[in-house]
Amino acid sequence: MSTMEAPRAREPSALPSRPAASPLAAMLRQFGRSPAGVIGAIVLLALVLITLLGPTFYGIDPLDLAGAPFTPPGADAWLGTDYLGRDILAGLIYGGRATLTVGGVAAVITIVIGVTVGALAGFFGGAVDTALVKLTEFFQILPSLLFAMVLVTLFGQTLTTITIAIGVVSWPTAARLTRAEFLRLRNLDFVKASRAAGAGNGHLILRVVLPNALPPIIVSATLAIGVAILFEGGLSFLGLGDPNTMSWGLMIGQNRNYVLDSWWTVTFPGAAIFIAVLAISLIGDGINDAINPRLRKRG
Amino acid sequence: MSPVLSVQNLSVAMKGASGIVPVLEHLSFDVAQGKTMALVGESGCGKSMTALAIMRLLPEDFVVTSGRVLLDGENVLAAAPQALRGLRGNKMSMIFQEPMTALNPLYTVGDQIGEVLRQHRGLGRRDATEQAIGFLKAVQIPAAEARVHAYPHQLSGGMRQRVMIAMALACKPKLLIADEPTTALDVTVQAQIFDLLSELQDDTDTAIVLITHDLGAVAELADDVAVLYAGRCIEKGSSQEVIAHARHPYTRGLMACVPHLHLGPAAANVQRELEEIPGMVPPLGARGAECAFLPRCAFAIDVCRAQPQPPLDVVDAHAAVSCWRHREIAP
Repeated sequence: MSTMEAPRAREPSALPSRPAASPLAAMLRQFGRSPAGVIGAIVLLALVLITLLGPTFYGIDPLDLAGAPFTPPGADAWLGTDYLGRDILAGLIYGGRATLTVGGVAAVITIVIGVTVGALAGFFGGAVDTALVKLTEFFQILPSLLFAMVLVTLFGQTLTTITIAIGVVSWPTAARLTRAEFLRLRNLDFVKASRAAGAGNGHLILRVVLPNALPPIIVSATLAIGVAILFEGGLSFLGLGDPNTMSWGLMIGQNRNYVLDSWWTVTFPGAAIFIAVLAISLIGDGINDAINPRLRKRG
Repeated sequence: MSPVLSVQNLSVAMKGASGIVPVLEHLSFDVAQGKTMALVGESGCGKSMTALAIMRLLPEDFVVTSGRVLLDGENVLAAAPQALRGLRGNKMSMIFQEPMTALNPLYTVGDQIGEVLRQHRGLGRRDATEQAIGFLKAVQIPAAEARVHAYPHQLSGGMRQRVMIAMALACKPKLLIADEPTTALDVTVQAQIFDLLSELQDDTDTAIVLITHDLGAVAELADDVAVLYAGRCIEKGSSQEVIAHARHPYTRGLMACVPHLHLGPAAANVQRELEEIPGMVPPLGARGAECAFLPRCAFAIDVCRAQPQPPLDVVDAHAAVSCWRHREIAP
């Protein structure tokens, strides 16, 4: 108790010694203290840099037949070649762009749909809530991989379709999370106070409730990137990737028949996916630590 | 002069599984410009519901079943959503009980005061912050220029309540509803907040509806008082008259519950133990037509049981009471 009372007695006369840190800045500082988050961020940044800058240092086209099929890793091809003789390292570099882009964009779609549905349901309650929860549940009970496969088969095996399909099947989790946050927040005093000060529903949702609901949404958005990358890998593995665009998932999918004889064809792209998803999960953990005051270390 | 706020025959009910349960019944009162009306009563008697009904902020399951709320002659209860938003924060505003939770933790206090001005006065961000500093000074927050950039967690409870008051008064509303504004604060801070409210009221001529169970605050701040019991107004009048000469047994009981400090020779004749009112407020749904205070009343007679609760009987210009026996109890 004494630790709680001491600062309180000082408070009225104590002035903020420095300009107050905004909650966002405070969150970033806290994130910097989480080893997992920092490591994840460094690894992900490295991956992004490699996919962006790699071509300038490693000038082999990933779709060119650069050597003999199934060349093992060595001097001719650092990470070997696949069943057509395409360079694996070049595939990783270019494929990373596609894979990370699909992950990022699909996560954005997931979060935009999920947060919109969840926010409207949680904020308005009543019949709106019932209808939107039913809709969410409908999407949730569909086997998501099968549903995504149907969408991709129907609308064509392009990266755009795949990205949208992943987003469309993944949003229910974000919607439920957002709805729960909105249900918790909408009856708090400061929301009532804003309403009493004349704020309309749009202002209340976007400027008052949503910012307070953001922390868990940010965590779930981060994790959604990882899930989307895995999803893309899964679709490609099942032969539903975009055959015209190199991606990590596609590399695994196309070489899966040769895994026993030529381990390098699938191991390296597999490792790349693993590292990327792990880095993203670590970042998610770091953000979670940074915004969850109960996990926060004192001092 | 016509009153700023006129609550007429206001009834609120709760829609429950077992049908409609009255929460507030036939409440009427007027508040004139620059005057303060206190609503007193124990928890669950409908004080806060009155405030929320006036602001049109009733929770989902609660509905207004009758009555009108006229703010400057305009019926708030019939206002369209757009018009209602123009009234809230502008012509009528509200201070909440818990300053700890009534400020948004993610925005600086300057932003939050400024928001009201930006919405209702169309000010830009810079002008709004400029004025916010002025309002922080008006509510006597030291170092307002620095504190305008502070987040709520950096302020003490008293200061947060001052910020709430600044927000509520930023647009110079005609009506301010203060819902137990000091319940969550230290006693010394409570006195400061009440002083501040009455000073600001002198400057702005705002009509105040003060919801409280602090009879000291009523005596100090309020011009008029309405005593609520189980959702019914059982006594109202000028605060001096009601405090000095309570007529309803419940009001008299409330007065007897207030501790008085007596020093010197006077202390000798004071009874040691505080009075209490036995029993509980009847729960929602268990309130019949007869006087709701009946089960706890020491003066109850057959007529109280047989007859429905009497309407407010105007005793004189300063007082009205709803009791069958008030002339015998308080002649």
